[in-house]
Order: sequence, then structure tokens, then C-alpha cells
Amino acid sequence: MKIAVCVKQVPEAAHRRMNPSTKRLDRSGEGALNAFDANAVEEALRLKDSGGDGEVVVVSMGPEKAVDALRKALAMGADRAVLVSDEGAAGSDLVATSKVLAAALEREGADLVLFGQYAADSEGAVLWAAVAERLRRPLVSQVAELTVEDGSLTGRRQTEFGYDVIRAPLPAVVAVAASINEPRYPSLKGIMGAKKKQQDVLSLADLGVEAGEGASRTTVLALGDPPPRGDSRKVEDDGNAAAQIVEFLAEKRLV
Amino acid sequence: MPGTLVFLEHHGDELLKPSLAVLSKAAQLGGDVSAALLGSGVESLAAGAGAYGAGTVYVADDPRLEAPLPQPRVDVLAQLVGEHGFDTVLFASSILGADVAAALAARLDAGLNWQLTDLVEQDGQLVGKQPALSDSVVCDVGWTSTPRLALFRAGAFDPAETGGEARVERIEPQLEDFSTQAEMVEQAHEEQSGPSIEDADVIVAGGRGLGSPEAFSLAEELAKALGGAVAATRAVVDAGWYPYAAQVGQTGKTVSPKLYVALGISGAIQHKVGMQSSQVIVAINKDPNAPIFEYSDLGVVGDLHQIVPKLTELVRERRS
Repeated sequence: MKIAVCVKQVPEAAHRRMNPSTKRLDRSGEGALNAFDANAVEEALRLKDSGGDGEVVVVSMGPEKAVDALRKALAMGADRAVLVSDEGAAGSDLVATSKVLAAALEREGADLVLFGQYAADSEGAVLWAAVAERLRRPLVSQVAELTVEDGSLTGRRQTEFGYDVIRAPLPAVVAVAASINEPRYPSLKGIMGAKKKQQDVLSLADLGVEAGEGASRTTVLALGDPPPRGDSRKVEDDGNAAAQIVEFLAEKRLV
Repeated sequence: MPGTLVFLEHHGDELLKPSLAVLSKAAQLGGDVSAALLGSGVESLAAGAGAYGAGTVYVADDPRLEAPLPQPRVDVLAQLVGEHGFDTVLFASSILGADVAAALAARLDAGLNWQLTDLVEQDGQLVGKQPALSDSVVCDVGWTSTPRLALFRAGAFDPAETGGEARVERIEPQLEDFSTQAEMVEQAHEEQSGPSIEDADVIVAGGRGLGSPEAFSLAEELAKALGGAVAATRAVVDAGWYPYAAQVGQTGKTVSPKLYVALGISGAIQHKVGMQSSQVIVAINKDPNAPIFEYSDLGVVGDLHQIVPKLTELVRERRS
């Protein structure tokens, strides 16, 4: 079975900020593999291991340095990486990004396409549905337990009302929930081996699609401050935190 | 005249509040407002949307729409947009709503803005308010073409009854082959049992940082001492540590107690939307960068396994 995993490099939590002039996320600082995507990579590796043979390909769109995030997935055990990197893709919104990823995934022809729970930077949980639509494949999202056998998949997932079990034939698109597994840490051998694995960088022209602001349908007009939320206090526990909490609760007349 | 279409969600015999709230918002903005109600055996619910501002409710009542799966709904909405030329399509954020909206955006090559907390008219343009980066910034977002698609954050506003009457129009859905391939095998929708956390004045909630299901006893003891109820995050409910009925967040309950104590909860946006209107929030987490500290009244960076037993004892002493 061939599994493609869509991953994203996101700025480190401490460095997440908007660039006031472009009004886009500032991607100039340190980046890392989106933590939720590690769950999708882990699930792909687990399915490959249990199925005996197969291939796990990680697919991403982003700046050239996003290769680092892909390398982490390779170090975990993925076989190959494809990065679509093109200056013309900067500023792509959901419709533009989904077009690029769908084109890259069409070339791969995977039996299963996996996504993580959401992107920690854009706080979006929408890309998989747009990609499934473009690929015209069945979609199961929010999956907390996944089994694949005899050409179909079964996913158990949580909704607002409890749990659903959904079945779909392959090829299909699945988005996993963070609770599905505990991603492995790359081993030293994995890290060393990752550099030698195949890493393709594609341009928009290679894929024959347009992206970037011209192909996007949304725009950020202005940035503003959030409404203030009263006083917020943060303390480090020096062994006295329990007493400090009680004091605070007493102040608020809660104990 | 192009107008606004609102995607209505229902569960059992009820139209869901978040989608009615979005409908009221659309009505408040003015213009021609319609709603879409898609399901099986739902026609009798349609007229109820009139009270929240729908002039017309388009109903697709079809057994293939019985399960709450997104893809057949995308076909029906695309059909409605194609026939009536709606220039705005609005959704309440939910597991189903987000999947439908995103796939419809791809189908129509239309712009989708998500997590909106408001939609306003500025200089003749629709502008969405989108909190971003753990709500540290609020973006004014727009659309460069029509139809404009938007997903609203749960609880962004309340439904408002205007008391009108809706015209109900039935439509015949035409579904794509790939849209009907996923099938619902089982729906385990548990009913409420025991006292609801929604009514509790004090809630002690546990997350993955508790480390093990056994450690929930720390939350239970503290809750008992404070006279409150225990809640849990999605991650630990999915892991089987605590029952779904106690889950707070986007796919769980929305609570607003006087005091919310978060133990080992990082506080991702999906959790935040379920508890942000709590009056006082106290968080204990060992990660100093946990987003929950951004919206806690008191944040304690430390090991909850050390702090909570002491805290429980001190609260007990104070109360006895």
C-alpha cells in the first residue's frame, strides 16, 4: 500500500507572529514539523509495518527550508519526501494550497492520503476536505482509530454527539486526530539515514498549477489587537504554588 | 438578487443552536437570507428556521443524506449556489460544517475564511473578524471573489428570534459517485447520564498532562474539595481516560462556571472555545509556553502532581 502524508512546517510556538507589512504569518524564524502532522506520519508508518510492504511519502508545500520538517518525517521512517516550493506560491490561501497539494498527490497516486488534526499556525482544520474534493475521493476526518483491510478503511472518530464509525473504499483521504497515537522519536540511525533518502523539490510549473495571491480568494485586510482579558498572572512553582493558588481563590471569594 | 445561504445543522429533531445563531447574524446583516436543511426526514424542522430570519428554507430530504457525512452535502450546496447564485454561504463551525465548507470552497474555487467571531459591513464590503495565533491578534479578513464562504467559531453569537415565517422549498439532490462512497457504519451517540458539567459552578478539568488515567483521581479529589465537577479534554476522552459526557471543547460541552481549574491542559483553540467564558481560570501546566496561560487569570508553571495534592489539602482545611 502506498500512503502519502501531507505535512507542514510551522514556525516554533515562541516565534509565531504576523508580519505587519505583508499581513501574513512571519515564516522567517525557526520552524518545525507541525506536531499534529507527526501523528499522521506515525499512523502511516504503523499501517506500513502491519501491512508488510508499502511506501510512505511525505508531501508538503512551503519555503525551501521546509525541507527540515520533511527530514524529520524521513527520520521517523518515511521513505521519500516531495516539497513543492515556489516563490509564486507565497500567500496561498485554502483554495490555492489545496490545488497545489492535489496536483502533487495526483502524481503520487497513493492508496491513502493522511493529514494531521490541524495546522498549529493557521489554526485551520480544513485542508483535507478541500484536497479530497479536488481528488474526488471519499473523506473521513477526525479519525481516532484507523484500520485498513481488503481495500477499505474503517475510522472511528469523535463528533459533537459521541462516536461515529465510518467506512470508505480506497483510495481515500483521512485526517487523524491527535489522540490516534504517540508519535515515535526519530532514532539516531533514522536521523543519519534521512539525509540519504530521496527528497524532490517541485515548482508550480512542474505541477502545471497556479497558486499564490493570484489564485487565492481570501485576503487579510488589517491586523488588530484582541480585546483585553483583565489581569493575568503567571507564577513559577517554587514549592509554594498551592498556597498561592488558595490565596488567589480567597481573593476572588471562590473558597 | 444574489443573497446569503446559511447551512443549517440538525441533530435528532432539533435544529442546532450554532447554525441558528449564524442564521440570525445573516438576517441582521440584511438582504435576502435563505437556509439549507439537508437530511432524511427533516422537512418538518424547516419552517422553524423562519423564526431566526430565513426567508426561504431549501430542503433536501433524502435517505442518502441521513448520516451526517460531508461530501453529499457539498453536492447539494453546490447545486443551490449554481441555481440561485448566492454570493455568501455561511456555516457554524463543527466537525461536519468545517468539512462541508472546505470541500465546497474547492468545488466552487471560492474563498473560505474560518474561525470568524463576527462579520460586519465596512465601506460596502463584508469583513470577517478572525482571531489568530492563539487569539493574540485579530485579523480583518475579506474575500476577493464570490461566493464568499465563512465558518463561524462556536459560541461567537447567540440565536435571535425575529419571528418571521419561512417558505419551504424542496429540492432533489443530485449526488456525485465519489460523494457517497463513505458510509456510516455505526453512530454511538451517548445520552447524558448523571449531573451535567454545564450546570457546575466549579469545574476541575484534566488533560494529557495528568500523565495517566489513574491521575484523574487528583482532579476528582480537588473537585470534591471545591464542591465542583470534573471535566476532561478531547485528547484524554479519545484515549479512554474519562467519559465523553465530561468533555469540554469544540466537540464537547461549552461551560461557563465561576471557576475553571485546568490541570495539564495545553489549551489549544479547540479546548478554549468550550471554556473561555468561565469567570475565573486557573491553570497548572509544566510547559511555560502552553497557550492556556495566555487566557488564564492565574497560571502556575509547575508539576501538577506535586501541587494538586497540596492544593486539595489546603482547600479542605479552609473549608472545614
